[in-house]
Amino acid sequence: MSTETVAARPTIDGARLRAWLPKYGVYIAIVLLVLYNIFFTPYFLTWSNLRIQLIQVAPIVIVALGMALVIGTEGIDLSVGSVMALAAALIPLYLGYGVVAAVLVSLLAGVAVGLINGVLVAKVGLQPIVATLALFVGGRGLAVVISEGKLKDIRDPNLLYLGSGDLLGIPVLVWIAAALVLVIAFVVRRTVFGRRLLAIGGNRPATELAGLPVKRVLITVYVVCAVLASIAGLLSVARIQSSDASAVGLLIELSAITAVVVGGTPLTGGKVRVLGTVAGALLMQLVIATMIKHNLQPSTTEMVQAVIILIAVYVARERKTR
Amino acid sequence: MALLEVVDVSKTFPGVRALDGVSFTLKPGEVHALVGENGAGKSTLIKVLTGVYQPDGGELRYQDKPSQFGTPMDAQRAGISTIYQEVNLVPLMSVAQNLFLGREPRNRFGLIDRKRMDREARTILSDYGVSADVRRPLGTLALGAQQMVALARAVMIDAKVVIMDEPTSSLEPREVQTLFGVIRDLHARGIGIVYVSHRLDELYEICDAVTILRDGKLVHTGRLADLERIKLVSLMLGRDMAEVRREGATAFSGAATGDDQAPPVLRVRELNSRHKLHDVSFDVRPGEVVGLGGLLGAGRSETIKAVGGAYHLDSGDIEVDGKDLRKPTPVRAVRAGIAVQPEDRKAEGIVPGLSVRENIALAVLPRVSRGGLVSDAKIDAIVERFMTRLRIKASSPDQAVGDLSGGNQQKVLLARLLATDPKVLLLDEPTRGIDVGAKAEVQSLIDELAAEGLGVVLVSSDAEELVEGSDRVVVLRDGVVVGTLTGDEVTTEDLMSTIAKDTREH
Repeated sequence: MSTETVAARPTIDGARLRAWLPKYGVYIAIVLLVLYNIFFTPYFLTWSNLRIQLIQVAPIVIVALGMALVIGTEGIDLSVGSVMALAAALIPLYLGYGVVAAVLVSLLAGVAVGLINGVLVAKVGLQPIVATLALFVGGRGLAVVISEGKLKDIRDPNLLYLGSGDLLGIPVLVWIAAALVLVIAFVVRRTVFGRRLLAIGGNRPATELAGLPVKRVLITVYVVCAVLASIAGLLSVARIQSSDASAVGLLIELSAITAVVVGGTPLTGGKVRVLGTVAGALLMQLVIATMIKHNLQPSTTEMVQAVIILIAVYVARERKTR
Repeated sequence: MALLEVVDVSKTFPGVRALDGVSFTLKPGEVHALVGENGAGKSTLIKVLTGVYQPDGGELRYQDKPSQFGTPMDAQRAGISTIYQEVNLVPLMSVAQNLFLGREPRNRFGLIDRKRMDREARTILSDYGVSADVRRPLGTLALGAQQMVALARAVMIDAKVVIMDEPTSSLEPREVQTLFGVIRDLHARGIGIVYVSHRLDELYEICDAVTILRDGKLVHTGRLADLERIKLVSLMLGRDMAEVRREGATAFSGAATGDDQAPPVLRVRELNSRHKLHDVSFDVRPGEVVGLGGLLGAGRSETIKAVGGAYHLDSGDIEVDGKDLRKPTPVRAVRAGIAVQPEDRKAEGIVPGLSVRENIALAVLPRVSRGGLVSDAKIDAIVERFMTRLRIKASSPDQAVGDLSGGNQQKVLLARLLATDPKVLLLDEPTRGIDVGAKAEVQSLIDELAAEGLGVVLVSSDAEELVEGSDRVVVLRDGVVVGTLTGDEVTTEDLMSTIAKDTREH
């Protein structure tokens, strides 16, 4: 008996640690990195630095929220960067009719892309990675055609306010991102849609057999993801004060997927960690910022990012035997 | 002299003894039937024979020499070919390429001689009744023709043993006869054949010997002609004819429920689905438990799924409470009051990562929400009601269902179905893989629900459970209703004799 209990203890702790790490590891990493920066990075703990970091991370957070929902259904959306480009390309075209019209048109573009993705995945039955690959390639092409390949300056003060204005001392961009985080967290936790989304990711055949409107939910998920991406697209235009369809949102799908995975949402679906996703995006932003402040090459930064992704996936991996 | 032989093999997986001291001998030129219900150990034995699994104990002998196949490739090289239900060839390559894969004829430059390959493929395949263009991609052929190509390939690579796992499950009757012709030919050439099937007529037509497994143990082996059909069925289902009468092994009360006069709550008419169901019709009245009897592959699960809108039908009518369920889909079926408990609890039933609470509320979310927002109070009321009623043992409603025992998972699934207030409950193996206590609880629950006026359809491969739980038993064989047992006929003897009845000797 006594030997058994002694032998059993470390495995119990191991199991507990394994359950705990994927959930809270990202927060610990952030705390450690912030502590390191406070002591070793000059001018880290200044308001202007924090401001820059938050402004930079906001579009990634917004895109990652949608990505987290899609990944929660055991899917993936590669087209988010192209949706940002489409939104960016449409803005200068319709700005003449007013900010509201321009914003609406670019959001509608998001709805359209989301519908196409959703129908391909839910009704046609394509694998999400293939279905969204089509618009990943084609979407940006279309965006470049719409913008005639030109970089266009944006001067509308209302739109620029979204990108560089302040409200109560905090950038509007950050307010918007924070509001969206709250909305998505609420949707996941409190709504019928959120529960169904998680059930579909957890066991799609079972939810189909249970009589849930699986196709409708899946299409909605892809629409929400694309709309969030178009919001990120128009905010990016507002921030950099110009629209460049060939550059906006380039490779953001990878940053978003990284944020989701590092935040502890499993790629196997059935779970969505909204706050974890935000923390994942913040962590990656902090890592990059730290590297830059210490004058390390971008190549080094990329390799460190790769290591973090591997650690996140390793920690979250499923136990083979139960 | 034996061609392929296993002596006293055992194989254990965590928690299951899949094979327990099983011996099996295949002689050259013999067609040997391997039969048994789900979990009997047939697939494990085949996997041991073909090198997929290494046995924990016992010996494998091939051509009278002790052998060991480390991988399926080793077994294939030695001359043991397997033809699975799902054809394992390359669908995008041409028929001829598939046939000659790895042994293509070459011309004098060492390149593949396409013309010769296509010509030879045509000749070979015509013996197998395949007349399709051999240059077409294999995937464009009908499944039966694909299976013939697989068989031709197996024979071509000098197979001495061919293992066929339910080869006729997707074949047309005409194709079955072609297959049998090929089998007789192989038989004449001294090739040993292991034939797995649940179609008794086929077994008696083509097989010489039979080995019956049950719960991982060998229960019978010998010449098939010496074994009566009824005896074969009773050996498979595990009831000795002498002890068939034994009563009280289940928790069913045995009292008949249901009103003979009441209009049926479920009317199923002439369900047809290619290869699987042929004109399946039956009624279920409120308060009645109707059992679906038959062997594995008889079409029981297909019938249940079809009624639940989750199985493709070519034609047929399903009525609930007199209302026609046009174009059944799971959404429509649930809305009409049909609740289906699928056979595979883990794959199609529960959502293991979600909590007990979420699983129970899954199908009734719109009812416990307002404006798309779920009300925790309403969910809690439902969850508490069913956790108490079904005595679901979980540390809390928030525990993940995947962490519960099999019996409690099953109860959670039943709770989810009952929460939708169904009129008809279709249960596919409700007590499989759950402990004795939970089994009794589920059985008495079925009685209770029927007494409350629900129409219940019960599928169980446990003959006793089926007979004691049902007021009426509809017996299926090869997708056809071959008999209905009512009143005093609802006994395991009658069930077995109906299943075993020879339809070919009229």
